[in-house]
Amino acid sequence: MSKITLTVNGKSVSADVEDRTLLVYFLRGQRALTGTHIGGDTSQCGACMVHIDGKAVKSCTMFAAQADGSSVTTIEGLARDGKLHPVQEAFREHHGLQCGFCTPGMIMTAVDMIARGAATSRDAIRHELEGNICRCTGYHNIVSAIEAAAQQAGASKAAAE
Amino acid sequence: MIPYAFNYRRAQSIAEAQSLLKGDAKLLAGGQTLVSAMKLRLAAPSDLIDISRLKELTFIRREGDALVIGAGTTHHEVATSATVEAAIPALKVMAEMIGDPAVRHKGTLGGSIANNDPAADYPAALVALGATVKTTAREIAAEDFFTGMFSTALDENEIVIHVSFPVPERAAYAKFRNPASRFALTGVFVSKTKSGPRVAVIGAGSNVFRVPAMEQALATNFTADAIKGITIDAGDLNSDIHASAEYRAHLVGVMAQRAVSSAS
Ligand SMILES: Cc1cc2nc3c(=O)[nH]c(=O)nc-3n(C[C@H](O)[C@H](O)[C@H](O)COP(=O)(O)OP(=O)(O)OC[C@H]3O[C@@H](n4cnc5c(N)ncnc54)[C@H](O)[C@@H]3O)c2cc1C
Ligand code: FES
Repeated sequence: MSKITLTVNGKSVSADVEDRTLLVYFLRGQRALTGTHIGGDTSQCGACMVHIDGKAVKSCTMFAAQADGSSVTTIEGLARDGKLHPVQEAFREHHGLQCGFCTPGMIMTAVDMIARGAATSRDAIRHELEGNICRCTGYHNIVSAIEAAAQQAGASKAAAE
Repeated sequence: MIPYAFNYRRAQSIAEAQSLLKGDAKLLAGGQTLVSAMKLRLAAPSDLIDISRLKELTFIRREGDALVIGAGTTHHEVATSATVEAAIPALKVMAEMIGDPAVRHKGTLGGSIANNDPAADYPAALVALGATVKTTAREIAAEDFFTGMFSTALDENEIVIHVSFPVPERAAYAKFRNPASRFALTGVFVSKTKSGPRVAVIGAGSNVFRVPAMEQALATNFTADAIKGITIDAGDLNSDIHASAEYRAHLVGVMAQRAVSSAS
């Protein structure tokens, strides 16, 4: 067992975890944050994507103990004051989902790629989505949603400057 | 999936990692290979020594004619480093092609070469660039380091500290991806160095290998045309559901030509 202290969606959290606890099981089982999904559980599908210190990673492929001292953001941490995050809003607007299972992972990846300035074209977005699988094969609208959110982020950045 | 139980330890220094690394303990870097192997219960270390936060292992430096990269440096850091791009642009391009963004955020140079997956990209770069691997015990030339499928010259308790890549005149990497796994079905790294050209192939055989016939042809004429007619013997190559040995042999030729014509 290890005692870990980390920030989850802005709140400081301390917990005892078995060393072999995967981060995704800790988030879902011990923190009741079930928005982070488990798909294949083999680091292929991206359903479990979260941000660790601002970077998108697959939470099925790291132990909770590795996140000790880090700041973790899950899909539940994106909305602010009851308002959806602009990327969530863009997924809604562009119907970037069908069954919705891959959606939290897709959005966490999208937020990361937009923050890195990597969502520069539809081709680039598709390339960046390499680690996220949508079994409804609804990629077309997912790409449209990310493209729109990236353009909006670019516009608000330009307005701020 | 739940792995066998183990003890997690976070090392505060290379020296501490070294002292903890005994018996069935294993180093943990990005975990992008090891965690999956543990979940499948293919690996059952007694202790995991996490070295991923060691600043001593995370750096990218230009040292004279060499680019030196710490073992703990992630693929993302290599892919976005201005120092790497200025010294060996082909290495940046190669790092960008590894897996997906999440894998690149965690996976490291040290973990990749210590694992020596026959389809991993880094072994091709190390061999084609004539790199040297520095460990806690010694310096090992890339060609002596990769000894076979998933095996290396590393001793049980030896830790990779950094890799030193001599800066070539030109180099390039061409990779034919397996669209499902993102690993290379076949990848070819070529370089033009002071001591002559080098061609290193991964994904096609059980271990990284050089192609002397292509290197000889490129020594007099570093163009794609110079290696056009050179065929690779399919006899020793991998054959699986993704590609036959003959197809891989063909891909070596095509990828080598693409790499040579894009070398910069
Ligand atoms: C979906 C997916 C796609 C991928 N696609 C590719 C690809 O296209 N190309 C590619 O090359 N790779 C690919 N990979 C593998 C990836 O590059 C891994 O990062 C790499 O194989 C292992 O690095 P790691 O830091 O995660 O090592 P870990 O998994 O932490 O460790 C791997 C092994 O190396 C040992 N080790 C780690 N660091 C050291 C050190 N400093 N000294 C000695 N031993 C050490 C560990 O003990 C362990 O045995 C992919 C992985 C995934 C999950
Ligand atoms: S559940 Fe983690 S990548 Fe699929």
